[in-house]
Amino acid sequence: MKKLLIHNDKVPNIHTLDVYRAQGGYASVEKALKTMTPDQVTEEVKKSGLRGRGGAGFPTGMKWSFLAKPEGVPRYLVCNADESEPGTFKDRYLMEKIPHALIEGMITSSYALGAKTSYIYIRGEYFYVARILEQAIAEAYAAGWLGKNILGTDFSHDCHVQVGGGAYICGEETALLESLEGKRGNPRIKPPFPAVAGLWGCPTVVNNVETIAAVCPIVNMGGEEYAKIGIGKSTGTKLISASGHINKPGVYEIELGVPVEEFIFSDEYCGGIRNGKKLKAVVAGGSSVPILPTELILKTAKGEPRLMTYESLADGGFQTGTMLGSGGFIVMDEDTSIVKNLFTFTRFYHHESCGQCSPCREGTGWMEKILHKFLDGTANESDVDLLWDIQSKIEGKTICPLGEAAAWPVAAAIRHFKDEFLEIARKKKFTDVSHYNRLNKISA
Amino acid sequence: MKVTIDGIEIDVPKGTTILQAARMIGAQVAPPAMCYYSKLKTSGGYCRTCIVKVTKGSAQNPNPMPKPVASCRTEVMDGMEVQNFTSPEVLEARKGVVEFLLINHPLDCPVCDQAGECKLQDLGYENGSAKTRYEFKRREFEMIDIGDKIKLHMNRCILCYRCVKTAEQFTDERVHGVIHRGDMGEISTYIEKVIDNDFSGNVIDVCPVGALTDNTFRFKQRVWFTKPVDAHRNCPTCSGRVRVWLKGEEVVRVTARKDEWDEIMDTPDGKSGFICNSCRYDHKQKSDWVIEGPTQVNRHSVISQNHYNHLNELKVQVMKQQKALGFMPLDKKP
Ligand SMILES: Cc1cc2nc3c(=O)[nH]c(=O)nc-3n(C[C@H](O)[C@H](O)[C@H](O)COP(=O)(O)O)c2cc1C
Ligand code: SF4
Ligand code: SF4
Ligand code: SF4
Ligand code: FES
Repeated sequence: MKKLLIHNDKVPNIHTLDVYRAQGGYASVEKALKTMTPDQVTEEVKKSGLRGRGGAGFPTGMKWSFLAKPEGVPRYLVCNADESEPGTFKDRYLMEKIPHALIEGMITSSYALGAKTSYIYIRGEYFYVARILEQAIAEAYAAGWLGKNILGTDFSHDCHVQVGGGAYICGEETALLESLEGKRGNPRIKPPFPAVAGLWGCPTVVNNVETIAAVCPIVNMGGEEYAKIGIGKSTGTKLISASGHINKPGVYEIELGVPVEEFIFSDEYCGGIRNGKKLKAVVAGGSSVPILPTELILKTAKGEPRLMTYESLADGGFQTGTMLGSGGFIVMDEDTSIVKNLFTFTRFYHHESCGQCSPCREGTGWMEKILHKFLDGTANESDVDLLWDIQSKIEGKTICPLGEAAAWPVAAAIRHFKDEFLEIARKKKFTDVSHYNRLNKISA
Repeated sequence: MKVTIDGIEIDVPKGTTILQAARMIGAQVAPPAMCYYSKLKTSGGYCRTCIVKVTKGSAQNPNPMPKPVASCRTEVMDGMEVQNFTSPEVLEARKGVVEFLLINHPLDCPVCDQAGECKLQDLGYENGSAKTRYEFKRREFEMIDIGDKIKLHMNRCILCYRCVKTAEQFTDERVHGVIHRGDMGEISTYIEKVIDNDFSGNVIDVCPVGALTDNTFRFKQRVWFTKPVDAHRNCPTCSGRVRVWLKGEEVVRVTARKDEWDEIMDTPDGKSGFICNSCRYDHKQKSDWVIEGPTQVNRHSVISQNHYNHLNELKVQVMKQQKALGFMPLDKKP
């Protein structure tokens, strides 16, 4: 299996510039600055078919080409390192282990975009990772990879780390920009999009950590070579944060196209379900994407093996499919209560709603309260329909996609596991047999 | 640019929003707007009551828009076709929004000074359902005095951001006016800082609900028992063009003049109609004012009915509204 991002994560002291450089680091900066024009770099990224790794999967080359380039106005690259979607922790791994991989990507990408300044916006809880990045940036300045006239060219670049306050909503790109500007992290109403009016009203590209890091191998190997990895429009490699009831949780770099079944059960990756239990369901792309039961996550509704690609996971739409999202792969065994899991997710979205628009502000809390009734054993059968109705009235009616992120898990849980809700409502009793519950005796 | 809303076509200049275009056609197609305020820059987009369906994007790109859009923040394109009241989907979605706005609302209209001139009452009456499906404890906050003239009753706030934008656009002292997040969001008392500003009282007029009310008028009188007249005085600070609310010979309150969309209207010579605090609070003698004549009151306002011999009808209507909104017994604390 080809690895491009974390292939050298086990090399001792890879977080230092010397070791990173000895491993071939900063080659993309050299190649880009010395042998390519900025547009050629963008062209390679376009050819690579790289898609945003932050969740939405938007083609990165296309995003870059949308960047407005008015004369005399600065442009910015902003790296989204807010990583707060439950189940997602791949960016942290990359930044913590190989900080220079991100900084190298920031320089090469900024060169392509003509950005003299870039920012890494990192969530507050990753404070120690911010320190690691700052250390790496200091090393890069000292060695001349950052600062004035990099490699003797007329490209100069400054890169700053900004620590956020730890709000999930600040991962939404326009809320992130507000927060970066020192304001309350409320998503902006679009248009205008950041490509036209982003940071301080200037054209801005916001990309995920992994997206930016992937630019290095793309420049090094060429976009066409990169595009040969993967399947169809899902090119390259992807970091997957694997968690839940598996034998080997952790961050895995996969070539897009690995069958889901192989990913869960092979020893190269998750190593199968823990304690010899059976697989019940998977949330494949971070807590906001629809949950799928075993039969639909391993095979599509058409009976084809489900692959770890944007297209295959989305096959069947939301009726029978899901999304690759940010690659937060949460595996649940047979003892897991879908209702309780949904409660946890919903409580999260309620807690993280910024509160600007009524459906998300009020609807998320309402859904949480109803789900709490299920855990109390006081819910009625009609509460299932009410939940369904509420999520449908949030979805698509909000300013930013957090509304959808809150609505989709509710819809999917009811779509695929309605019986579990109904059973609790009929018995007026909720029993949690999960391993986690037995260990911790926690209740909601 | 040509745009068709609920089957009615209109020609509007570039940059016009769907909501503005709809208002140009008239009330029969104009979506309700709880947060948008044409006199306040960057307002709108929050409440989502104004959502409409774009069934045809433009002449050039005839595809429909995939999701309903906030008409107050979406500019028209040439050849655009929009459905508002003619789309059952929009009506259903709006009903949802209204329900969301009401689930945590105290609905203490009987003891709320805004009753009778409350946009949320109108909205609930027109788009809500008679029964609430919300069975949990409603959110509660302490009441706060913002200065000695303004009462903030946060329970009733719908977080429309209008007061925040008013404060922002009339003073440099404050950057934001909402603290906390999500449904715990609260209008912050940083807003107190604007209290020194001559125009701070306008937050009362822009507030669509009874969250910000005039302490000097509080509980004095139900609005439908007062008589609004248009009046002016020679004011060094503002236009001096106001609405004086009379009870007999007594001036019970002074507000800015509002138009048919319930927004403070500009003066005929195009100046801002926002009034200063001196006019609002310090001139409460009838002799302070040159009375121009009775205010033309919007047809659907309960206030109009009082003055045009429909008193009984009014009472029935208010009762109906209160019932529709869930009606809180009078003996409960406001
Ligand atoms: C509520 C919310 C939270 C988000 N959080 C993150 C995040 O933590 N990290 C991230 O890269 N993208 C996040 N996104 C997506 C970003 O808005 C944006 O699409 C992304 O940073 C673009 O980068 P990409 O094209 O490289 O994926 C979030 C979106 C929403 C709506
Ligand atoms: S959808 Fe939720 S998080 Fe997004 S702007 Fe609206 S209230 Fe804020
Ligand atoms: S709906 Fe709310 S704000 Fe309006 S009158 Fe009733 S209590 Fe007051
Ligand atoms: S206090 Fe009134 S004007 Fe201010 S946000 Fe709340 S409802 Fe809107
Ligand atoms: S009036 Fe348009 S969203 Fe509130």
